[in-house]
Amino acid sequence: MNLSDFLTMRHEMLLTIVALVVLITDINLSVKRKPMVINLAIGLFFIHTVIGFLPASTGILFGGMYRSSALTLMMKNILNVGVFIVLLQSATWLKKAENLEKISEYFILLFSTLIGMNFMISSGDFLMFYLGLELATIPMAALAAYVHHQNRSAEAGVKLILSSALSSGILLFGLSMIYGTTGSVYFDQVAATYANTPLQVLAFIFFFAGMSFKISLVPFHLWTADVYEGSPVNVTSYLSVISKGASVFILTIILFTVFHSISFLWKDLVYAIAVSTMTIGNLFAIRQKNMKRFLAFSSIAQAGFILLGIIAGSQLGMTTVIYFVLIYIFSNLGAFGVVSAISAVTNKESMDDYDGLYHTNPKLSLVMMLSLFSLAGIPPVAGFFGKFFLFTAAASAGYYWLVFIAVLNATISLYYYLLVVKAMFINKSEMPIAYFKSDLYTRMGLFLCVAGIFALGFYSPLYEAILSISNGLIH
Amino acid sequence: MDILSFFVIIPVLTITAILFTKNYKQTRLVSAIGMGVQLILAAVLIYLYLKERQAGNMAQMLFMRDIVWFPSLNIHYLVGVDGISVAMIGLTSLVVFAGIFASWQVDYLAREFFISLILLASGVFGFFISLDLFTMFLFYELAVIPMYLLIGLWGSGPKEYAAMKLTLMLMGGSALLLVGILGIYFNSAPGGGQLTFNLLEIARNHIPIEAQRFFFPMTFVGFGVLGALFPFHTWSPDGHASAPTAVSMLHAGVLMKLGGYGAFRVAIYLMPEAAHELAWIFIILTSISVVYGAFGAVVQKDLKYINAYSSVSHCGLVLFAVLMMNQTAMNGAIIQMISHGLMTALFFALIGMIYGRTHTRMVNEMGGLMKVMPFLGVAYVIAGLASLGLPGFSGFVAEMTIFVGAFQHPDTFHRVVTILAVSSIVITAVYILRVVGMLLFGPIKNDHFLHLDDAKWYERISTVTLIVAIAAIGLAPLWLSDMIRFSLGPIVERLNGFAGVAGLF
Repeated sequence: MNLSDFLTMRHEMLLTIVALVVLITDINLSVKRKPMVINLAIGLFFIHTVIGFLPASTGILFGGMYRSSALTLMMKNILNVGVFIVLLQSATWLKKAENLEKISEYFILLFSTLIGMNFMISSGDFLMFYLGLELATIPMAALAAYVHHQNRSAEAGVKLILSSALSSGILLFGLSMIYGTTGSVYFDQVAATYANTPLQVLAFIFFFAGMSFKISLVPFHLWTADVYEGSPVNVTSYLSVISKGASVFILTIILFTVFHSISFLWKDLVYAIAVSTMTIGNLFAIRQKNMKRFLAFSSIAQAGFILLGIIAGSQLGMTTVIYFVLIYIFSNLGAFGVVSAISAVTNKESMDDYDGLYHTNPKLSLVMMLSLFSLAGIPPVAGFFGKFFLFTAAASAGYYWLVFIAVLNATISLYYYLLVVKAMFINKSEMPIAYFKSDLYTRMGLFLCVAGIFALGFYSPLYEAILSISNGLIH
Repeated sequence: MDILSFFVIIPVLTITAILFTKNYKQTRLVSAIGMGVQLILAAVLIYLYLKERQAGNMAQMLFMRDIVWFPSLNIHYLVGVDGISVAMIGLTSLVVFAGIFASWQVDYLAREFFISLILLASGVFGFFISLDLFTMFLFYELAVIPMYLLIGLWGSGPKEYAAMKLTLMLMGGSALLLVGILGIYFNSAPGGGQLTFNLLEIARNHIPIEAQRFFFPMTFVGFGVLGALFPFHTWSPDGHASAPTAVSMLHAGVLMKLGGYGAFRVAIYLMPEAAHELAWIFIILTSISVVYGAFGAVVQKDLKYINAYSSVSHCGLVLFAVLMMNQTAMNGAIIQMISHGLMTALFFALIGMIYGRTHTRMVNEMGGLMKVMPFLGVAYVIAGLASLGLPGFSGFVAEMTIFVGAFQHPDTFHRVVTILAVSSIVITAVYILRVVGMLLFGPIKNDHFLHLDDAKWYERISTVTLIVAIAAIGLAPLWLSDMIRFSLGPIVERLNGFAGVAGLF
C-alpha cells in the first residue's frame, strides 16, 4: 500500500482536513471574530463538495474493509450537496450571541458524523460498517444537545445517545451471530455462504432492527419525534435528511448484496414494515402542531415510501431509492430551511404561528409550499417523479397492493401538508410573523433547494446517470 | 415547434407575464390576452385538423410529436390529437376564456388567482394532448392541485372544508389511477419486448385478461371520481358551491370531463375485455348518478348546489354513454361532454354574476329578476333550455344520440337502465323550470333588487362566447359529430373486436 492509495479515500481525507483547519483557525481567533469560522467552514466545504465531483480513483483498501466505487462516490456526493445546504441554512442561527463560543464545535461535530457516514457507505465488511455507524452517531448526540442550557435540547441528546446505544447493541448482537455462523465479517464472504438457517435469520432480524432504529422505521421510531423536537432546527434537518439518507444507502447496499440470498425473506419483512411505517408516520403527523415534530413524523412516513424501492430488489429499485433520496434531500431541506429561517429570527416553531405568513413573507411561504408539494409528490415538482418511480419499482416486482397502500398514504400525507399551506395562505392572523429579510446564506440555501425541486424531476439525464451507475451493484 | 406544445407553452408564458404585472387590472388584461391567444390557437387547430382530414390524412392521431424523456423507463413526451381531443381542446379554451372575463373583478390577490387558474388550465390542455400515460397522469394531477388554493382562498361558504374534501377525494382517485397506469405499463408488452406508456402502442398489444380484471376497475374508478361517478361524487356539490365563479366554470365545465375522457381513452380503450365484462357494475352506478343527481338538484335551494347536482347527473350520463360501448352512444358521450361543459360553465358564470348583485344564491329569496336584469335573465333561460335538452341547443343533440345508442342494446338490462336514465330528462325539466320561474319571474321580493344593474361589458363577453358556442353545436351538430365519428372509429373497432366476451348481461 503506498501513499497514492489514500487518494481513494479522498472524501474522508478532505473532510478530515477541513475539520482540522476549522479547529485550528478557531483556536487562533478572538471571541469577537468567531463568526469568521462560519464563512471559512462553508467555503471549505463548498470546495470539498466541488472536488468530490471530480473524477476519482476507485478500488479496495485495507484488504477489503474499504471499497470505493462509482456508486459510493455518487452517494457521498449526494450527501455532500445536502450537507452544504444544511450549512448554508445554519449560518443565521449560528451567528446568534448564545452560540458565539461554540461555532466551530458545530462544524467539527457535523463533519465528524459525515466522515462516519462516508466510511459507512464505503464499508466492505461489517467492522468498518459498524465503526462508520458509530462515528456517525455519537457526535450526533452532542449536536442534538448543542443548546445545552435548554432542557429539551439536552434531553434530545440523551435520548439519542441512549436509543442509539440500544440499537447499536442489537445490531452488534446480530453481527456477532453473522460472524458466528459464517466465520467472516467481509460482505463478499458472508454473501457467498448466507442461507436461511434459523440462527442466520435471527441474525438478519437483529441487524435489520438495528438499522430500523437509525432510519426510524416503525416500530423503532419512538425516539424520533422527541429528538427532532428538542434538537436545534438545523441539527434536526441534518438528522432527518443526511443521516437518514446515509443509513438508507448502506442498508440498501447490504440488503442487495450481502443478504441477497435470503431476499425472499426480507421482502416480506420490508413489506410489513413499509405499510406500518407509512401509515403510522402519517397518522401521527396529522395531529402535530410543532413544525419540527410535524416534519419528524412526515419524514418517518417518507422512509416508509423509500422501502418501496428497496423491496423491488432490482437495479430499478436501487436507482429509484437513490433518486428519491436525492429529491427528498432537496424537498425536506427546503421545508426545514423555512422553519429554520423563521425559528432563527422569531423563535416561533408552531404551525399556528404560520397563519397568514403568505401576506407578510410571500417568498418563504412559496418555498415552503413547493417543498411540501414535492414531499407530497405533486407535479410538476421533483417529488412527483421520485414517488412515481419508487412506485414503479415496487410495481415492477408485482407489489400492486403495496403501491396502492402507498398511494393512499400519499393522499393522507397531502392532507397534513395542505394544513400548513392552509395556515400560510388561507388562515387569517391577528399577529402574523412580521416581514424579515433573511441573510445571504439562508437565501442561497433556499434557492438551491427550489432550483433542485424544479430541476431534478424534469432533467431526465440525471435519472439515467444514477441508473447506469447503480448498474454495477446488482448481480 | 409543433402546434400542440403551444397549448402548454402559452399558459406558462402567460403565467410568467403575470408575475411582472403590478396591479389587478394589468393582471386580468394579461390573462385575457394570453387566453385569447389560446382560443385563437384552438380555432386554428380545429381548422388545421379538418383540413388535414379533408386532404385524406387517415392517421389515428395528427400533429404528433415524440420526444424521449426517460429512456430507461420508456417515458416519452408524446403528444397528438384526434377529433375528440381537438373538440375537448376547443371546449377548454372557450371555457377558460369565458372564465377569465367572469372573474374580471377579482382584486384580492389577483395575481395568485389568475396564476392558479391558468395553471389549472395548462394541466387540462396538457392532459388532452398527451398520448403517453405518464405525462397524462402528470398533467391530470397538475390540474387538480391548484383547486385547493382557488377554492380555499377565493371561495365562499365552508370553503376550507370543501377545498380539502375536493382535493383529497380527487387525489384519492388518482391513487387508484396510478396503480392502474402502472398495471397497464407492466402488462403493456405481454409477448416480451419493451414496456411502454404509449397509448397507441399499448392498444396494438393485448393486455392479459387477468391483469385487465384487476386494473380496469382501478383505472375506471380513478377517472370516475373526477367524472362524479356515484358514490364518489360527494366532493362535487360542496366543491362547486364553495368555489369562486371562474373555478366552478372550469371545474364543472372542463375538469370533470377529464374523468369521462380518461375513462374511455385509457380504461375502456386499453382494457376492452374487462370493460365488457365489468360494464354492468358501472352502468348501474352511473345510472344512479344520472337519476340521483337529478333528484338531488330538485330539492336544493342554493343555485350553485342545484347546478352542481345537475352536473353530477349530466357527467354521469357521459360515463353511462361511454359504457354502452357502441359508436352512437360514444358519439353522444363526446357531444354531451362538450355541450355540458359549455352549458354548465354558462350556468356557473350567470350564477356568479347574479350572486354578485343580489348577494344571495337562495332561490326562494329571489324573484322577478328578468325585469331588472334582462340580459342575464335571458341568458339564464337559454342555459336552462339547453340543459333540459331543447332542440336547437347542444344538449338535445347530445342526449338524443346517447339514448338512441344505449337503446341499440337489445337485452333487458340495457333497456331498463336506459329507460331509467331517460327519466332524468323529465326531472331535469322540473328543476330547471322551477328555478327559472322562481328566479326570473313573479314579483320582486326585495326592494333592494330594483336598483340592480344588468350585465357589464366583460360579463357580456363571457356569456355571449358560451351562448354562441352552445347554439352553434345545437344548430349545426353535424360537423362536430363528423369530426368525432371518424376518430371514434378505431376505438369502437377495437371494442367490437372483443365484443364476444359477454358480460353478466
